[in-house]
Amino acid sequence: MSVASQDTAIRTGRAVRTLIYLVLVLFALFYLLPLYVMVVNSVKPLVEITGGGMMNLPQVFTLEPWAKAWSSAQIGVQPTGLSPYFWNSIKMVVPAVAISTVLGALNGYVLTKWRFKYDTILFGLILFACFIPFQIVLIPMAKMLGLMGLAGTTWGLVLVHVVYGVGFTTLYFRNYYAVFPTELIRAAQIDGAGFFQIFWRILLPSSGPIAVVSIIWQFTNIWNDFLFGASFAGADSQPMTVALNNLVQASHGVKEYNVHFAGAILAALPTLLVYIVAGRYFVRGLMAGSVKG
Amino acid sequence: MGFLDIDNATKAYGAVEVLHRVDISVQEGEFLVLVGPSGCGKSTLLNMIAGLEDITSGEIRIKDTLMNGVHPSKRNIAMVFQSYALYPNMTVGQNITFGLEMHGVPKPEREKALKEAANLLQIEPLLDRKPGALSGGQRQRVAMGRALVRNPDVFLFDEPLSNLDAKLRVDMRTEIKKLHQKLGTTIVYVTHDQIEAMTLSTRIAVMNGGYVQQLGTPQEIYDTPANIFVATFMGSPAMNVIPAKVAIKDGLPMALVALHDGSEVALPFSQQNMADWAGKEILLGIRPETITDEDAADRKSSNIAHLSNRIVVTEPAGSDTFVTMTLGGKDVIARMRSDADVRPGADFTFAVNMEKAIAFDPASQNRIAP
Ligand SMILES: Nc1ncnc2c1ncn2[C@@H]1O[C@H](COP(=O)(O)OP(=O)(O)O)[C@@H](O)[C@H]1O
Ligand SMILES: [Mg+2]
Repeated sequence: MSVASQDTAIRTGRAVRTLIYLVLVLFALFYLLPLYVMVVNSVKPLVEITGGGMMNLPQVFTLEPWAKAWSSAQIGVQPTGLSPYFWNSIKMVVPAVAISTVLGALNGYVLTKWRFKYDTILFGLILFACFIPFQIVLIPMAKMLGLMGLAGTTWGLVLVHVVYGVGFTTLYFRNYYAVFPTELIRAAQIDGAGFFQIFWRILLPSSGPIAVVSIIWQFTNIWNDFLFGASFAGADSQPMTVALNNLVQASHGVKEYNVHFAGAILAALPTLLVYIVAGRYFVRGLMAGSVKG
Repeated sequence: MGFLDIDNATKAYGAVEVLHRVDISVQEGEFLVLVGPSGCGKSTLLNMIAGLEDITSGEIRIKDTLMNGVHPSKRNIAMVFQSYALYPNMTVGQNITFGLEMHGVPKPEREKALKEAANLLQIEPLLDRKPGALSGGQRQRVAMGRALVRNPDVFLFDEPLSNLDAKLRVDMRTEIKKLHQKLGTTIVYVTHDQIEAMTLSTRIAVMNGGYVQQLGTPQEIYDTPANIFVATFMGSPAMNVIPAKVAIKDGLPMALVALHDGSEVALPFSQQNMADWAGKEILLGIRPETITDEDAADRKSSNIAHLSNRIVVTEPAGSDTFVTMTLGGKDVIARMRSDADVRPGADFTFAVNMEKAIAFDPASQNRIAP
């Protein structure tokens, strides 16, 4: 990696280089500022914030707001903290990401290696899913969920997110598999591998980079979704985002900003983690379709 | 009935027919090479034999069993692809035994077959590596190993050597030939390289534009090409095709050919039936190696003609020197010994072995049979 990037880097003078770094550092600081504010305010007592010390480091360090946000803060009417909703989100995100990624991979496989008449038109139609605004489908979707008996359930949310996500995942996998050598599929056919054996044994093991792209994309989108969660979730299936909103919007009592900050960080933590763990594969996977080798 | 019968096979994509009524019968143990320029339909025909493309009309039979509509894995064939098509996520050993595994062969037998194939191809030290960590020649061997373990009725090769560099290509060519002689398997081999075709095959099918132009042994194809396409495609440098006129002199049929200065030389035919063409235009086919200097002329030939002509270019190639002259208004190449005293611009007396010359009908482009 490092060798390649040195080869392709444009040579610049020392002064220009210093300037570039300076600008980059400034941008980095600017973007890190909100995180700084959130972190420092989540570990100080409320009085330090209401006293006007938003930007200061904490004088008294405390994890009390985190504990409260997690397990005892008032969410709506119940003093449960965010933890049950965190698990709601997990129960929704994991199956939704897994199902939409596998479906996208299967679609990509069929659309590139088992071509049939009008397959490009079908692909075009699937792509529409990427462009339909959420708001348009709210009412029909509510109706459908009701008909299927999934209204207000986690599985209902899973279904909604799978339906919405499959357009993107299909796009990713189709483009990735389009440059996957068809001779490999033919060799496997002669070897006697069937449709699913080729998929599991040949194609999927070579799909690491694009699977990471698909998983990160789906995970962030579904975890961060608020509209579908607010519209279709029942009282016991509300995701983290909706609960965070309820925590912050609670109308009675004092506004505990330190608890809100801690809650917001808790809500953002999983996506942050996913990026840190898999981020470098993400860039690699995005490049893989366009640059061969 | 052959071992592999291709019977009136036609392939069309929509309204476009890319293979027209191909008829080839391959005997057991034969090495058939399909050769022709890019896009002539070689791979399509091979894929039809493999079952990777369906047959629009006609029949393909292996061991007298109709293969139309039979799945590739049920035809008992094995194929080596141009790109080798090794599964990148599997080790060499897994690559080779994948087909056996898919066919439900128990593990001990797979291990045994793997050992034999690896031994035969001398790839034992590579079995635990991934294809990405192999050189081109090694990948080629693994691809052949994958075909070998299946012990198929027919081996299919689609330009297996075209991704190798020149030196390795020659080595692997010999290797494949040895393997065929040792195992005696039936092989259908696709290439666009006429030298590969000549050296490997027991029979060649020369294809062009979706037609089999000629089917025959390498010698037949080389010595008695059916038409100008086959004549010029096979052989390097290509056969010279020279416009000529047929005349009778001293009661013998002759080809009148224009020299560089416009004067004519008469070259006597060995084929007496050329007398029927007296007064007509023909195309005279002469291979470069049959035009030499006097001393190098074939002593066994009963018909050596001489002509004096100006040398345009000489190209020394080590073992031979290629000499270009103008005959019948065309550039004509002669293959001389490297010690022949040839200089550009000089006049030189060439000896032409007319016994080997071929006449073509300019209208049909077909060889005029003796
Ligand atoms: N899927 C296809 N659809 C339409 N035409 C095709 C298709 N595959 C091959 N052809 C055409 O068939 C002809 C023969 O192709 P091919 O067998 O690959 O040639 P070769 O292997 O001799 O180079 C070519 O003219 C090619 O354009
Ligand atoms: Mg081809």
